[in-house]
Amino acid sequence: MSTTVPPPDVQPDFDTSPPVHGAGLERDAEKAASRRGFLVGLPSYAYLVAFFATPLLIVVVYSFASRSVRGATVLTDWNLRSYGRLTDSLVLTIAWRSLWIATLTTLVCLLIAYPFAYYLSTRPARIRAVLLVLVMIPFWSNFLVRTYAWRMLLGGDGPFTRLLEAVGIDGVQLLFTPTGVMVGLVYGYLPFMILPLYAALERLDHSLVEAARDLYASGWQAFWKVTWPLSRPGVIAGSILVFIPSFGAYVTPEILGGRGSTMLGSYIARQFIGSASDWPFGSALSVAILVVMMIAATAYFRAGGKNL
Amino acid sequence: MSVLEMPGAGGPDVAEDSLARPRRAVDRVLAGNAWLVFAFLYLPIVVLIVYSFNDNQRVGIWTEASLRWYGEMFGNARVMDALRNSILVAIVSTAVATVLGTAAGLSMERYRYRGQRAFDGLLYLPVIIPDITMAVMLLLFFVQTFDLIFLATGIQFSRGLGTIMLAHVSFNISFVALVVRARLAGLDGALEEAAADLYANRWQAFRRVTLPLIAPGVAGGALLALTLSLDDVVIAEFVSGAGSTTLPVYVFGALRRGVTPLINAVSVLMLVGSILLVLMSLAVSRGRESSGG
Repeated sequence: MSTTVPPPDVQPDFDTSPPVHGAGLERDAEKAASRRGFLVGLPSYAYLVAFFATPLLIVVVYSFASRSVRGATVLTDWNLRSYGRLTDSLVLTIAWRSLWIATLTTLVCLLIAYPFAYYLSTRPARIRAVLLVLVMIPFWSNFLVRTYAWRMLLGGDGPFTRLLEAVGIDGVQLLFTPTGVMVGLVYGYLPFMILPLYAALERLDHSLVEAARDLYASGWQAFWKVTWPLSRPGVIAGSILVFIPSFGAYVTPEILGGRGSTMLGSYIARQFIGSASDWPFGSALSVAILVVMMIAATAYFRAGGKNL
Repeated sequence: MSVLEMPGAGGPDVAEDSLARPRRAVDRVLAGNAWLVFAFLYLPIVVLIVYSFNDNQRVGIWTEASLRWYGEMFGNARVMDALRNSILVAIVSTAVATVLGTAAGLSMERYRYRGQRAFDGLLYLPVIIPDITMAVMLLLFFVQTFDLIFLATGIQFSRGLGTIMLAHVSFNISFVALVVRARLAGLDGALEEAAADLYANRWQAFRRVTLPLIAPGVAGGALLALTLSLDDVVIAEFVSGAGSTTLPVYVFGALRRGVTPLINAVSVLMLVGSILLVLMSLAVSRGRESSGG
């Protein structure tokens, strides 16, 4: 999801000025160029149609199928039963939990990342470059391993618990609770928030803030009336980049969560892996999550398309 | 701003005496917060590395430093098989995705044709779709396709390293394409036109002009694809079969059964691998800046 990728501009890669002579030739050249472009992209698109679009279609088809008593998927009896089950109380509980965990994760990330990105963006260029590298290294490090590190830290005989005990706080259990999951999610996705915020703040024209200050705005007013509105595209982009993977999280709740912290991602996985499998129901859940994701992504591109 | 690429540090500096500079007290609070964030980002990694050298059978209790678990790791056939599988999958899927992704990036950025917007959407979707959804899609797809092939021909295919590779290519094409496209967008198309004017044929113009110019983007995209392939656990877990476990899938499975010091050593191995890849990416992106992208 990159906004350094410009929106497809409408300008063709050839001259569109009204042809004076040889119009036929130019039209032929145009046609040849666009055929060539299509052919260059064709193998990749064919691959994506075969191994992405088709699987997507199959999930939708499966969501209307039924499950036999033995757990197999029956592809002859089509119905909406799996979708009807989306309003079961268990599903609603899990969906609600995923929603608030993802929302809180997003807010916490924003609260931590905004001042951090602001600090970064006001450093001299050379220091900025070094600090950015320091943000990128954990960002690209293996996600599973980083989540596992928290399992160790928060565990019963782990350093974190030890530390709390040493200062006299006993019986704090973070591992296997929704709070533990949230710590893991914030840790995992914080850079997704930092980078868009930094990009928005770094590009900010500081003379605007100076102008506000010259006109007797307090530091707080200048921030609230100038900096914040100008950084809003970064806030929106970062929030959606954190919200989408948190909402569909599977690995983090599996590793850091317990019985009371199942999220939608793990609930979907359970419909496919293990004995209680129900593929049509799992498919319906996947379609539902996809719809939520599409709404969030549309908001992202709206915000990004206008402002970034 | 991009998640795929490192943001630049080329924006304007705030002058020392500028009114836009936060007040000293505010600045101190911001600096404090920044150090806390860095501690938050690095402390878990450091603790993990330190504890991987712990001799004790119990993960959290420190006895003495030793290389015991690294020895066990290299002697463990399942871990070594998984490592080999991971590397094989990453290399093959990256090679294929780099070629296809570069072509897609070129086609997207350098040409205009009908139906392009639909393709554009098709390229973006795999980037933003949650892992679990992609995993479910591909699992159902392979099961269904293999059933149909069996019915039609009597040949029974099964899930394994091949299906993991196919799955990784399908998300990596998009990432490579977006990175290459970003690189192309910053280039002057006139250079290719000049080559054409100087009687280079299309292949020569591509080989001698376009390719060297986009090479840092292609390399960056390939390194990203390698990282993502080695990082993936959810999709690999769903589309792998018996005997085709990758290293992250092995670790994930082991974690479900409980934490062992062996997993610490394996984790550090994975961490070192991914950090080496980041450093290479950063070196490549630095090269990109100096070559005027």
